[in-house]
Amino acid sequence: MLAWTIYLSFLGAGLLTLLPRNRAAAARWLALLTALAGLAAAVAGTVQFPGGAGATTLIKTRWIPPLHIQYFLAADGISVTLVLLTGIAAVAGILFSWNIEHRAKEFFAFYLALIGGVYGVFLSFDLFLLFVFYEIAIIPKYFIIAIWGSTRREYGAMKLALYSFVGSAMVLVGMIAAYVVAGHLTGRYTFDLTALAQVHFPAGFQRWAFPLVFVGFGILAGLWPFHTWAPTGHVAAPTAASMLLAGVVMKLGAYGCLRVAMTLFPAGVMMWRTEIAALAVIGIVYGAMVALVQRDFKFVIGYSSVSHMGFVLLGLMTLNQIGLDGAVLQMFSHGILAGLLFAVVGRMVYDRTHTRDLGELETMGLSHALPFAAATFVLAALASMGLPGFSGFVAELQVLIGAWSAFPTAGVCAGIGIVIGVAYLLRAVQRAFFAEGAEKPGKAAAPELPPISWPERLGAGLLLLASLVVGLYPQVLLNLIAPSVTSLLETMRKGGAL
Amino acid sequence: MSGFDYLDLLSLLAPETILVVASLAVLVVDLGFMRAQPLPARWLAGGVVTGLGGLLAILWLVNVQVQANVAEGILVVDALTQLVKTVLVAMLLFTAAISLRATFTEQVGEYFCLLTLATVGMMFMVSSEDVLMIFVALELTSLSLYILTAFNQQNRAPAEAGLKYFLFGGMAAAFTLFGLSLVYGLTEATNLRDIAAQLHGKTLDPLFTVALVMVVMGFGFKIAAVPFHLWAPDAYQGAPTPSAALIASGSKVASFFVFAKVMALGFAGAEGSGAGRQFAPGWVPVLATLSVASMLLGNLAAIAQTSVKRLLAYSAIAHAGYMLLGLLAMSDPARRADGMAALVYYATTYGLTTIGAFGVVGVVERNGGETLEHFAGLSRRSPLAAVCLMVFLLSLAGIPPLAGFFGKFYLFTAAAGAGAGSLGLIWLVILAIAMSAVSLYYYLQVLKRAFVAPLPEGVPPFAASPIESLALGALALAVIVLGALPMLLLGALVEAVKTVGF
Repeated sequence: MLAWTIYLSFLGAGLLTLLPRNRAAAARWLALLTALAGLAAAVAGTVQFPGGAGATTLIKTRWIPPLHIQYFLAADGISVTLVLLTGIAAVAGILFSWNIEHRAKEFFAFYLALIGGVYGVFLSFDLFLLFVFYEIAIIPKYFIIAIWGSTRREYGAMKLALYSFVGSAMVLVGMIAAYVVAGHLTGRYTFDLTALAQVHFPAGFQRWAFPLVFVGFGILAGLWPFHTWAPTGHVAAPTAASMLLAGVVMKLGAYGCLRVAMTLFPAGVMMWRTEIAALAVIGIVYGAMVALVQRDFKFVIGYSSVSHMGFVLLGLMTLNQIGLDGAVLQMFSHGILAGLLFAVVGRMVYDRTHTRDLGELETMGLSHALPFAAATFVLAALASMGLPGFSGFVAELQVLIGAWSAFPTAGVCAGIGIVIGVAYLLRAVQRAFFAEGAEKPGKAAAPELPPISWPERLGAGLLLLASLVVGLYPQVLLNLIAPSVTSLLETMRKGGAL
Repeated sequence: MSGFDYLDLLSLLAPETILVVASLAVLVVDLGFMRAQPLPARWLAGGVVTGLGGLLAILWLVNVQVQANVAEGILVVDALTQLVKTVLVAMLLFTAAISLRATFTEQVGEYFCLLTLATVGMMFMVSSEDVLMIFVALELTSLSLYILTAFNQQNRAPAEAGLKYFLFGGMAAAFTLFGLSLVYGLTEATNLRDIAAQLHGKTLDPLFTVALVMVVMGFGFKIAAVPFHLWAPDAYQGAPTPSAALIASGSKVASFFVFAKVMALGFAGAEGSGAGRQFAPGWVPVLATLSVASMLLGNLAAIAQTSVKRLLAYSAIAHAGYMLLGLLAMSDPARRADGMAALVYYATTYGLTTIGAFGVVGVVERNGGETLEHFAGLSRRSPLAAVCLMVFLLSLAGIPPLAGFFGKFYLFTAAAGAGAGSLGLIWLVILAIAMSAVSLYYYLQVLKRAFVAPLPEGVPPFAASPIESLALGALALAVIVLGALPMLLLGALVEAVKTVGF
């Protein structure tokens, strides 16, 4: 069932290219139906998912025998969680792109191709296949941003494409080297991730292969100091693309770090763990501090993504159950909440006011003009700063607890990052929506803005609901995540970690 | 050796014979019957005759299984050569298909005749293991290609390009011949395997290293590897677009195949080593140097181009650098089969992709020009051409699931695996992968014009002719299918390499 998420998305993308031009309405309905079907497949797959520690094979068949490459799709709890996230983010993204008229069919075709690639990465258990899907996701991102984007879109798009490609080039080197070395060591050449995880790579090899692959994936996860594509890319992108970039594409990177770099090279993790944890903490604090001084509303959210992804990477480096649980949960939570924040900024506010400058927004009194946007943003911001009851709280709390036992100093610094996070979000809320000046009589009255449309309300409701459900009852995901994390940690322990 | 049966020989050489007959038939048809007809009809007639000849040759190649070694390696026919020849003829067909709307010349018959003869030369090149025969075939190909480059008599640039190509080519051929004569002097053999047997177990003769470098020069020129690449950008730009397509595709496949045979079979035992910090003299360090230089210069120079044909020329230089990795992989006897299969797969898919890219360039050129600006708004002027261009260029950049990606992947894996898991050549693989990342930038520059740039005022939409559309569509489909299901080609290829016993 889960595999259908991939096929449906590519099928939808293919069908869209066949549509006649100038049929924007048909294109967006077709896209929405495809995304809904994908989400349905993801939910059905989750319900059917037997649970337990191991991965459930969806399909495993020979693909390119001379290189021992298999078409091997499987899912464990971590994959299922992220597939669910992708399904939700995809539907929400289309709802927030309902106003796309310019070359709509191409937009949605690129969009669905990107989604298909993302699903594919989360479900691949063959390294080659994973890499193929990972790269498929790069090109649509470029075109979506370059064609439909805003501020400095061609620059942002090219920067993102090249950063992604450089990252995947690093992964490619590591992956070819791992294939050759593993084949030579064991006599069995394979790209099967579960089989490669059993191989004990020489320590000297892991010393360079691990950072190569980890950073390669980490670039896309917003690992400081390779994060600079993220703010420019997010800002340049159209709303739906920002939502996907922050919501799922950054998760691709983090997922690759966990699934490939850490499971294949556990001894390498031990050698580099402190350094990477330090980078993650720098990312948390730096992202938050930079977000605090931005004038552009979207840059605030862009840098907040860097900060929040730092929690994921820090969680990964704790190498303990609760830290890793938190990291995966944070991937889900940030995917939902960043999507929502970008939706408010890009679609609800920018598309109506045509400015993202906090100084200009201040004068508009948006809490009166767009009460729904204001309410949504406040809720999303509260959830994002870790208000209990929303998903952000359970995720970041677990990462912090995990970090406390692994690296106490890092835990404290990350805690400071949370405090700054409260500050920049409150500042953004206050200046964008509740500035005092605008309420005084005599100031410019709130301009006439189009009301919030029903697709926006639906999309916002969907994302808030997801965050709330996970926040109130985290077991719904933790029951999936925890057994898989336990077994990953077990594999890594056998391979020399801890 | 006893005399051989000429009928047997004819059946071994049937595909070549068919093509030679077709090349003469084109002349007869065009000069004899079509002289008075309008130009498009003549192009069509020429294309039909060439196409029929090519299809017949392909049918023969695919259906008739033969294996023979005539006159001690002068003519070697086996599963692998048949496969490579099939590819070459297919490339001829596609080149002919994208020529049909050409207006650059009225000498239609001669054009198709030379196109076919060049292909026949490549086929002989592929099916010989004797350096003399290889050289003769190389010259047949080269001479045909020189003329094809200068075929456009309407302005001076093609003549200049042709002359440049010819002068460089003649010089390179002379060096090669001299090198081969030295090899003969040292080993008293012209057959590749005999040469290898003579070289076996001896230390590297200084004279032999001279010969080696000279031989490499000639082939380096044919594959446009740095520093023997200077002709390529001018020739690609000046030549009629379909001629450039053939130079970049068929000629490259054949040259690489025979280059690999000469190096891996003929100069076996003189490999040396190119592994990091363990350099030893031989052909591996020589080719590694060419490879590094080609990848660096090709990719970096391509960034600065505004003519898309020149951009493709520099990208061809870069790709020659990647393909040399396949030859380097073949220096390890355990990886020789892998290296050969990877090289042929890469060259084949690269050739198909390049013909497609040149095909699109040709269509755009006809409707304006071939600099980057002329591609602005292509996706709205001609959606089919734009989508095909996207497939071709992304495949050249190595984006999955297109054929170029798997080709690179296989090539790099083979090269990284050479040397018993020691990762000796990984430094080259790292450079190649890094340079692929660079290449994405300039391919995206073209695609950015085609898809992102606004449609300029006053340019009308256009469409490729039906045959062109069919050919471009088929090529794009082939690039996608061969990328997603590489076994379609790789299965036969690996089988053939195995039966030949590399």
